[in-house]
Amino acid sequence: MNTTVENTGTEGKTWGGGNEPLKASYGKMMMWFFIVSDALTFSGFLAAYGFSRFKFIDSWPIADEVFTHVPFFHGNYPMIYVAFMTFILIMSSVTMVLAVDAGHHMKKKAVTWYMFLTVIGGLIFVGSQAWEWGTFIKGDFGAVQTKGGNILQFGEYVDVDGEQKFKRVAVADFAKASPTERVQHERKNGLWFVSEGTLPEFTVDEIYAGLESHSNVYVRNQIINEKGEKTVLTREEGLKQIKENGKLYVKGANLHVNEYGSPLFADFFFFITGFHGFHVFSGVVINIIIFFNVILGTYEKRRSYEMVEKVGLYWHFVDLVWVFVFTFFYLV
Amino acid sequence: MAHEHKLAIFQGLIKFKSNTQKIWGVLIFLSIITAIEVVLGIYKPESLMTQVLGMKGLNWIFIILTIVKAYYITWDFMHMRDETKSLRRMVVWTAIFLICYLVFILLQEGGYIESVYTNGYVKKDF
Repeated sequence: MNTTVENTGTEGKTWGGGNEPLKASYGKMMMWFFIVSDALTFSGFLAAYGFSRFKFIDSWPIADEVFTHVPFFHGNYPMIYVAFMTFILIMSSVTMVLAVDAGHHMKKKAVTWYMFLTVIGGLIFVGSQAWEWGTFIKGDFGAVQTKGGNILQFGEYVDVDGEQKFKRVAVADFAKASPTERVQHERKNGLWFVSEGTLPEFTVDEIYAGLESHSNVYVRNQIINEKGEKTVLTREEGLKQIKENGKLYVKGANLHVNEYGSPLFADFFFFITGFHGFHVFSGVVINIIIFFNVILGTYEKRRSYEMVEKVGLYWHFVDLVWVFVFTFFYLV
Repeated sequence: MAHEHKLAIFQGLIKFKSNTQKIWGVLIFLSIITAIEVVLGIYKPESLMTQVLGMKGLNWIFIILTIVKAYYITWDFMHMRDETKSLRRMVVWTAIFLICYLVFILLQEGGYIESVYTNGYVKKDF
């Protein structure tokens, strides 16, 4: 059953709605209008990110130090994985546009294959993003949050080609957790409507003791100096900061705390990449629907593959947004 | 429906024989731009770190490259090149105008608040 009306009987009737000054079908035009409004939504988010970043321009986390992991590889590889993700998304955009092109030539088989590849590309991208989130939430070095909500991180100086470089040290490598009576309160063994999050692995006192006994470990705060690096405090100053202002050990990031710096950074990261990931996910679902429609021959019967083109517009838009997210979250 | 595609990019500098060929050509172009961005992002050449119009020169390069990428995605993958002038302007100029307006206002305000913080809670005493 074909419920989509392709011909309305008003073709050529100027005042009957048959006039098409934009030479685009209703569906395609509406997709464009949706894309404009969605683009404004995304630019609202990105502009809000820019606002917060400009507000804390002297202490914003440096993306190269945050996103440094590549699955299955150990070591420090900033940018590599996210560049791979970008390439995957552009690639799936290409297969999509090839599907549209094959549709224009009414080649059912080619459209089927290209749609399939597009779906695969989308799934790889969403999977990569999930992994990226997982790594970000898990965290790697751990840090101390101060009473004022700032972050103090740890590191040591190592010799790299005759140059003294500051290298991050994980809290677990110098601090020692002592046994404690305190257990995490769970709903099942107390008031059912009260629960609490995971307890921190270390107390600030334990971290202080560890820092005191490891004279090679330095504390750095979030203030960016003229060289574009975070400020490293002297030993005495670092110990003093931890003792006087340290409040909580944090590892990883969530909506409340963020070991990489300003919690706003994590909030925007989750919100913007999450919203984009949701778009990719819904794009994949729509692509799968279209894929099956192609297989079933719906568009063959309709003698038009315009539906592929409309969905293609949405898919390209998702790619377009990622190009901007990539720039403003990872590069700038 | 007839589907004529405009097959020239870079103001007619490169002309492709078919639409498929144009798609691959644009892919290569976009990949090169992404590669440049990644390389610059990893090595951060010292010469590009000077301040230009309130931002690092490198950041301006990134933003310009992003806009170039966005242009080719919209024009060639989304077939904006083949649409009528009025549809194109309706979509593109509306978005560009509103986004520039929003970005200007929010960044201006963010910068102002930052200077209030650094200058001890009063930036300008009227």
